[in-house]
Amino acid sequence: MVEVTLWGSLGAIAGGKSKVEIEAKDIRELFRKLAEQYPGLEPLIEKGIAVAIDGTIYRDTWSKELPQGAEIFLLPRLAGG
Amino acid sequence: MNFDPRYSGRSFTSVGTRPIRPDGVDKVTGRARYGADFNMAGQLVGRVLRSPHAHAKIRKIDTSKAEKLAGVKAVITAADLPDLTDGDAAMYDILDNCMARTKALYDGHAVAAVAAVDARTAKQALKLIEVDYEVLPHVTDVDEAMKHTAPLLNDAIFTEGLEEKPVKPSNVTKRTQFGHGDIHEGFGQADFVVERSFKTEQTHQGYIEPHACVANVSSDGTADLWVCTQGHFVYRQHCAQLLGMEASKLRVTSSEIGGGFGGKTHVWAEPVALALSRKAGRPVKLVMTRDEVFRASGPTSATSIDVRIGARKDGTITAAEATLRYSCGPYAGMWAEIGAMTAFACYKLENVKTVGYEVLVNRPKTAAYRAPSAPMAAFAVESAVDELAKEIGMDPVDFRIRNAAQEGTRSSYGPVYGPIGIGPTLEAVKSHPHMKAPLGKNQGRGMACGFWFNFGGQTCTDLNIGMDGSVSLAVGTVDVGGSRASLSLVAAEELGIAYEHVKAVVADTSSLGYNDMTDGSRGTFSSSMATISAARNAIKILRERAAQTWDIPVEDVVWEKGHAIAKGEKYGNLAALSLREIAAASGKTGGPIAGHSELVADGAGVSFATHICDIEVDPETGSTRVLRYTVVQDAGKAVHPTYVEGQYQGGAAQGIGWALNEEYIYGKDGRLQNSGFLDYRIPVCSDLPMIDTQILEIPNPNHPYGVRGVGETSIVPPLAAIANAVSNAVGVRMTHIPMSPPRILAALEAER
Repeated sequence: MVEVTLWGSLGAIAGGKSKVEIEAKDIRELFRKLAEQYPGLEPLIEKGIAVAIDGTIYRDTWSKELPQGAEIFLLPRLAGG
Repeated sequence: MNFDPRYSGRSFTSVGTRPIRPDGVDKVTGRARYGADFNMAGQLVGRVLRSPHAHAKIRKIDTSKAEKLAGVKAVITAADLPDLTDGDAAMYDILDNCMARTKALYDGHAVAAVAAVDARTAKQALKLIEVDYEVLPHVTDVDEAMKHTAPLLNDAIFTEGLEEKPVKPSNVTKRTQFGHGDIHEGFGQADFVVERSFKTEQTHQGYIEPHACVANVSSDGTADLWVCTQGHFVYRQHCAQLLGMEASKLRVTSSEIGGGFGGKTHVWAEPVALALSRKAGRPVKLVMTRDEVFRASGPTSATSIDVRIGARKDGTITAAEATLRYSCGPYAGMWAEIGAMTAFACYKLENVKTVGYEVLVNRPKTAAYRAPSAPMAAFAVESAVDELAKEIGMDPVDFRIRNAAQEGTRSSYGPVYGPIGIGPTLEAVKSHPHMKAPLGKNQGRGMACGFWFNFGGQTCTDLNIGMDGSVSLAVGTVDVGGSRASLSLVAAEELGIAYEHVKAVVADTSSLGYNDMTDGSRGTFSSSMATISAARNAIKILRERAAQTWDIPVEDVVWEKGHAIAKGEKYGNLAALSLREIAAASGKTGGPIAGHSELVADGAGVSFATHICDIEVDPETGSTRVLRYTVVQDAGKAVHPTYVEGQYQGGAAQGIGWALNEEYIYGKDGRLQNSGFLDYRIPVCSDLPMIDTQILEIPNPNHPYGVRGVGETSIVPPLAAIANAVSNAVGVRMTHIPMSPPRILAALEAER
C-alpha cells in the first residue's frame, strides 16, 4: 500500500481528497487502480500525469517501482521549450 | 529500461573538454542547410492567406477565381484538412490553428493556402480568394478577457477546476492550485508583508530562422518532409495524424535549426504544405515571412500576477501566495499552471498557495518559450522578495539564502527535493566580485533566482563502428545548442577513443526509432543517456570479438581506454587489442559492430540559477543600458562547458530583451502593430555586455555522469534581476515588463 498525494486540482476531481492509499507495485498499476477507483481521473491519466517518487519526476517510465514508504506525488505533465 | 542511470561519480577524459563543434565550420561558412535552403525539382511555392480580423465568423470562402489563375496548381481551405483527430482536443486545436475552420480567432489566423509556380503568382492568387467574414467583437488583454462582459472566444468552454461546475461559458479554461500549509496562519505570523501586482507583455521567442519546410507527397501516398523543427518525430506524428497517413509512410528530415526555444515544438505550416503537395501532385516549399512568424506562430503568454509574501523580522518567510493569470491565445493551455508550479520553487516555505487561470484571448496560439511560464512568475515573486528584504533591512542575497530550498525541502509544487543547487548558486553570487563592484550615478544592481524542472523522454540512438575504427553516432534529438559535440564527447568517453574519431548526425525519422523532441532541456540529458547505453552495448560486442580472436571466455576480457584487455594471470601476456584493430577484423569475426539503445530518460534533475545585473538608467529619457551581467547556474555536469556557457548567455540575452524592450503591441482593432524586427526590438550584440558565467556542478543522481538540463533555466531570472536593478537605479518599484523607456518615464513621473 502506498500513499499518493494529488495536486490541488487533481484532488478536486478525486472527490476532494488530497491523499489516497493505493495497493500498487509500480506506476502502471497505480494509474490503473486510480482510474478504477476515480473514473474522473482517467482522461487526465490518458493525457499524461507525471509521478514524483521521493522528489524525482517520472513522466513515462510506467514500470518504475513504488517503494514502500516512498513519497509518491502526482503532478501535471509539463511542456518545455 | 535495462540500463542503470544512476550517477557513478567517475572521472572523465573527454567529457568536460571544449573541442570544436562538428557543425561549426558549415555554419560559419554558410554551407549548413536550414529549412529554406532545401529545394526539390519541380517544387511549387506555397503561400497562406491569413485573417485580417482578430475575431470573425467565416461565412464562406470562394477560391474559384484563384484556382483559374494560370500557374496556380492547388488551393486549399479547411475542407482539404478534414478533422481526423478522433476526439484528441489538443490535436484539434493544432489543426484549427493550422487552418481556421468556422472562425478566425486572431489577426493572422490561416484561412486558405495556395501552391503556384512562383511567388508572384501565389501572391496574386491569394488576392483572388474571397472570404466572407462576419466580424465579431474581440479581446486581446488577459485581464479584460476574464471579465464577464468580455467577448467569448468559444462558447463551449466552461472553466475546469472549479468546485462547482459553472453554468455559463467563459474565456477562463481552467483554474489550478498548488501549495501546502495554511497561508492565513502563516501571514498571521508575519511582521512584514509585501503585496504587489505585476504585468508582463507577450513576447516572441524571436528565433532568427522563420518556419520553413518542403513537402513532397507522392501519388502512392508516401511523403517526405524537410523541415526546421525541434522534433521531427513529433512533427511526423502530428502531420501523419492530421493528414490521415501511416507515420512510417512519412519521412521527416530535420534541417539545421536557426533557433526554436519552444516555438518549433508543434506544427504550424507543415500540414498545410503537405496538403498543398498532395493536391498539386508536386513538391511544395512553404516559408513563413517574419510578419507571419510574429502574427501566426506561437509567442509566450501575456500575464497579470498578484503576489503576497510575509516574513518575520528575523528574515524567515512565513507565508507566500500568488494568483497568476496567463493568456493562452484562442486555445486551452497549461501556461498559468506551470507558472503556479514554478513561482515559489526556489524557497523553503511552510505555507504557500498559488492559483493559476488559463485565459483565452484573440492572439496567436501560445507556445512554449524556454522554461515556459517560469520567467514571468519569477519576475513577480523575485521582485516582491527583493522588496520584502528591503523592508526587513536584510541584504537581498542573505534573505534568499535564509529561505532557500534545500535537499529535503517540500517544494511549493508538491514533492520533496533531492540534492539541489539553489543554495550553492546563492553562495556563489554572494562571494562573486560582481556583487562588490562599485556603481555610479543612475546605476543600479539587481539579482534574482530562477527554477526550472527539466525533463527527459523517449530516446533512441544508434552507434556504428566503421571498419577503420571511426564511429558514427545517429541521434534523434534535434541539435539546438551543440548537442552533436556533447554527444560525440560522451561516445568518445565511453569507448575510450578520441573525440575526433566520432561523427554525430541527427538521423531522419525512417532511420531511427521514435524520439521525443528537443524540449524541456532534454537534448543532452536524454541522448547522452542513450549514447552511453548504446556505447556500452557496442563495447559488449567489441569484447566478444576480442574474446573470439583470442579464443578465451568473454568474461576474461575487459574494456579499458579504447582497448580490449585480457585479464588475470592466465591471459595477461596477450597484447591489448585496440578498437581500431577489432573493427578492422570485424568482417571475419561476425560482421558489423554497432550499439543500439532505446530508452525513456526519466529522472531529469531540477535546475536553479541566480543572476546579477548592473544597469544604468537615463532619468530624462528612460532608456537603459545593461552594464554587467553574471549568470551562476547548476549544470549537474557540463559535458561541453563552452556550450553550457552559451546556453547561459543565450538565456540571459533573451531575458534582457524581454525585460527591457520586447512586447506584442495590438491596436484597438485587434491587429498586431509591430510584426517585424524594426518595431519589435530584440537585443543585438551592441546592446549587450559580455555575459559572465559560472558553472556549478551538483551531480544529478539519476544520470550516469550527473548531467542536468541547462538550456532553459537561464531565461528564468533575468526579468526579475533586471527589474530589481532598474528599481534600485531609479528608486521606484517596476511592476510592468518590458521596462521600455516610456514605461520607466511613466513610473518616475507617477512617483514625483
